[in-house]
Amino acid sequence: MGNVKKTPFYEKHLALNGKIIDYNGWLLPVQFPQGLVEEVHDTRKRATIFDVSHMGEVSVEGKDAEAYLQKILVNDVSKLKDNAIIYSPVCYPDGGVVDDILIYRINSENFFLVVNAANTDKDYEWFQENLFGDVRLQNLSPEYAQIALQGPNSKSILQELTDIDLDGMKFYRFQADVSVAGVNSIVSRTGYTGEDGFEVYCKNEGAQALWDAVWEAGEKKELRPAGLGSRDVLRLEASLPLYGHELSREITPLQAGLNRFVALDKPVPFNGQEALQKQKQEGISRKLFGLEMLERSVPREGYPVMAGDEEIGWISSGSYSPTLEKFIAMAFMDPEVAKQEEEVQVLIRKRLYRAKITKMPFYRRD
Amino acid sequence: MKYNVIEGLKYTRQHEYARPEDGAAVVGLSDYAQDKLGEIVFVELPDVGAEVEAGKSAAVIESVKAVADLYAPVDGKVTEVNEALLDQPEVINQDPYGEGWVFKVEVKDESQLEKLMDKPTYEEFIIKEEEEEE
Repeated sequence: MGNVKKTPFYEKHLALNGKIIDYNGWLLPVQFPQGLVEEVHDTRKRATIFDVSHMGEVSVEGKDAEAYLQKILVNDVSKLKDNAIIYSPVCYPDGGVVDDILIYRINSENFFLVVNAANTDKDYEWFQENLFGDVRLQNLSPEYAQIALQGPNSKSILQELTDIDLDGMKFYRFQADVSVAGVNSIVSRTGYTGEDGFEVYCKNEGAQALWDAVWEAGEKKELRPAGLGSRDVLRLEASLPLYGHELSREITPLQAGLNRFVALDKPVPFNGQEALQKQKQEGISRKLFGLEMLERSVPREGYPVMAGDEEIGWISSGSYSPTLEKFIAMAFMDPEVAKQEEEVQVLIRKRLYRAKITKMPFYRRD
Repeated sequence: MKYNVIEGLKYTRQHEYARPEDGAAVVGLSDYAQDKLGEIVFVELPDVGAEVEAGKSAAVIESVKAVADLYAPVDGKVTEVNEALLDQPEVINQDPYGEGWVFKVEVKDESQLEKLMDKPTYEEFIIKEEEEEE
């Protein structure tokens, strides 16, 4: 417990009776008294606030910033405009994944990267190893707090606190240097829930004031707190990958079905390009599929997926889905076998439970 | 006490309860246990006629986030299971001591029941466990 970190919102979680856990070295609420299922409904129907200050932030500045990112990212940043964001995996030369991140373009010589908490240090080392030209890296993670305001009421809550026109901000767009309740912030229309929403970054000093202002503005709009537990279920319902589950050192973005974020034919070489091109040509033996249980039972990470006697894959994430009222999972399977089978079985405590292969995302907002 | 602990029931250290009922015991999860687990979404019941052993897993209870074993409080043969839980496992959250019972077992050895905790002892046990968690 020596090295656990608290976010600036730690006291807020305690005051709201959040159940605190150690998540990759961060003390964060896993759920609040209304419970995980209610938090999912709150997010889908009204609005919730998540503390996501554990996420890492890295700034990339300099004349060669774009060229540098083109090398370390598998997605193509050359088409990215100012105030726009893209998602990209970061790969090793063999196609395995270092992390999956968001890239905010402030201008052609200034980018803001948002990385997974558990990967922040590893990423930063990797970014440094790959440095060239006029590029300055800075790990801003210790200075930044972040909240995610998610759900259909998010916009009207946040709009009360800022002069920028949130209606005019499209999905995956952002503005930096914005005042939110007087706190200098970066505001983006992003999230990890499959719902409309915003993420707001600010320096730690302004974090309390930001939280209090959002909380107060949200009071009339049924804003409630939500924790890591519901966040994980929400992202599964929306079929968003989580590093360590759907992506890892051993799993490539093509295997995870992230083809549209892999610019295989990018005109400049990038880390993982050859390996991924080869994998694309030769075909893959493991690919991510959606499963819906046909018999009541909870598919969980690591459970084997079977076609009769043959083990054809494993569950990478699975849960009860409060929104769909079904049991759902993402699973890596042999695509050849999956193509032939409509139904497979999940092995749970030595018993087979029927499941059908289903399209993802499991949930898409109207 | 924030949790409901009922007089006349016996409690285990794994938070099962046993309600003595002439020669048998009705077994379920205590209010504390269901609260800790959170929203229950799946229950795996023992077979009627199965022999269960005190301290060994007799049923599986799953919440959205966790898988938990329900340990038999005593040795004996299962005489009845609550099949309604298969479709409505959330009843355990709503009414753990009533509609949310899990199975009924014939008690072989009454002394096993007597050794379990009574209400005041179990309440103290919960308080200690909560303190340790913090």
